[in-house]
Amino acid sequence: MSVETYERFVLNGRRPTTPAEVERQVVFHADRVSVDYGANRALDNVSFDIYRNYATALIGPSGCGKSTFLRCLNRMNDSIDGFKLGGNLTYHGHDLYGAQANRVEVRRRIGMVFQKPNPFPKSIFANVAWAPRNLGMKADLDARVERALRSAALWDEVKDRLGSSALGLSGGQQQRLCIARAIAIEPDVLLLDEPASALDPIATASIEALIHDLKLRYTIVIVTHNMQQAIRVADRTAFFSLDQNRAGTLIEYDSTDKLFSRPADQRTHDYITGQFG
Amino acid sequence: MRRRALNRTDRRVNIALRVLCLGAGLLLFVALAAIVEQVIVGAGPAINRFGLGFLTRSSDWNPPAQGATTAESYGAPLYMYGTVVTSLLSLIFSTVLGVSIGLFLAIVAPRRVTLGGRWRVSPAGLIGPLVELLAAMPSVVLGLIGVLVILPFFHSTVDPVIHAVLGWIPIFAKTYTAGNSLFAASAVLTIMIVPIIAALSRDLFSAVPQELRDGAEALGATRWEMIRGVVLPVTRSGVTAACMLGLGRAVGEAIAVEQVVGGQNQGVIHASLFLGGNTLASMIAANDPATPVTKLEGASLYYLALILLVFVVVTILAARWIAGDFKAKFR
Repeated sequence: MSVETYERFVLNGRRPTTPAEVERQVVFHADRVSVDYGANRALDNVSFDIYRNYATALIGPSGCGKSTFLRCLNRMNDSIDGFKLGGNLTYHGHDLYGAQANRVEVRRRIGMVFQKPNPFPKSIFANVAWAPRNLGMKADLDARVERALRSAALWDEVKDRLGSSALGLSGGQQQRLCIARAIAIEPDVLLLDEPASALDPIATASIEALIHDLKLRYTIVIVTHNMQQAIRVADRTAFFSLDQNRAGTLIEYDSTDKLFSRPADQRTHDYITGQFG
Repeated sequence: MRRRALNRTDRRVNIALRVLCLGAGLLLFVALAAIVEQVIVGAGPAINRFGLGFLTRSSDWNPPAQGATTAESYGAPLYMYGTVVTSLLSLIFSTVLGVSIGLFLAIVAPRRVTLGGRWRVSPAGLIGPLVELLAAMPSVVLGLIGVLVILPFFHSTVDPVIHAVLGWIPIFAKTYTAGNSLFAASAVLTIMIVPIIAALSRDLFSAVPQELRDGAEALGATRWEMIRGVVLPVTRSGVTAACMLGLGRAVGEAIAVEQVVGGQNQGVIHASLFLGGNTLASMIAANDPATPVTKLEGASLYYLALILLVFVVVTILAARWIAGDFKAKFR
């Protein structure tokens, strides 16, 4: 697809243009972030800001470090052998990897939904109630579970079988359940790691519609390899690719409209027009 | 596709293989049937004499002295009690220890520990093989360690302390032995079962999908909350089956128990775990049923063996049933 097509697509106004240059609160601030796994540099020199109540998409070819970066945001890489983060990564001004940072507290505020739906082998209710119970939010649990399931657009489908196993749900329902599970503890940020890649188009559409609702309340960072999806859901998009040393790095970061219609970097242009990746 | 014509050698090898496999399967069946048959036939006179009352009658075991004509009396309760108590105690101890070791090896242990400079070791890689080594330890060796190490230690340290602190509770009442007791037997059995439960539960915990563990941790769970909330519930039936396998071993263990249990065969069942006792298996090991004092005593020993067989079969069947439930859950 050519840049012109994108331009038409975007300028036709299918996406509401965001209020021009509204002062946005910075949620994540990455400053020359790098990631090493042992002797391998997976990510190099990534600097950008992620803003509040925006959906920010991370796109790029396979192995470009977009998922690695996402998992740095809630410290899910910590348990990987040899993982080491360089540079500076802050969340609301707090150093995510500083001595003061508490991994468990970080994850409580920054929820995550994975590529493959991973409901616990428990009932639907127990899945959503699991984290609140764990964190001692036991008051009015029923209402909390209902609220989370409604927010994840799943309530009407499961309200009559909350006690049955979550494994009996379809893939798309399981993924929305995982979203409900994540928002049941009212996080500040939702990280979505290719949340629709294992789903059929209808389930994908429902997840994307959900993201539009959710970003009113949460800051969303979504990794996707589907550029159409980035265009459909994201306010801002970061394009990652490999640098000359085969390490992933940030090439370009801009509003989704601008990045897909008038990319500043030739590599972005090549990627979004299908000439590379 | 046309079936390839088999030449003569192929056909012979095929037949030989089939005969060998079928024969091996049949042999297993025959061996089991023969064991059951032998035990029941051997126990015949005692079954005729005592019937099911053998399970409840006085526990005295008094084969008459050579030539004497006093009425013989044998009963199983003391030994059944000893087997149940030592098995359950060791099951409790080894479940706690074995599951903890399994959790450590599969989840908690750091991947690598740097020992200064370039020396890096993996704790799970070091300890894992030790678990298997312990599992392969011959039971008579464990019994010997029981006699040489555990009994003196119990006698000098554990028994006095427990008696001093908890002596007012009947099961911790005063000991009169050199350390030989049901409790010492349970300790030796624990050493024996721990590696079984540890190795099996480690494999179960390692098999819990990483996505589930990540899912729990991404929800702000601590490692312990993740283990308690996801790993243990998901593996519960598998771990239970592992414990039942350990229990099967504890129920049937003879030599190591016989070395430390105290060999009581007179009098009533006493509450204290720190007095000598006896179990079904150790009683049989201590009194060769092939050369009994009288025919009835030999038959009574076979009767004990029959009871033991039932115990073991029940635990193994329970283990299989629970494990089957586990498989069904994972599909």
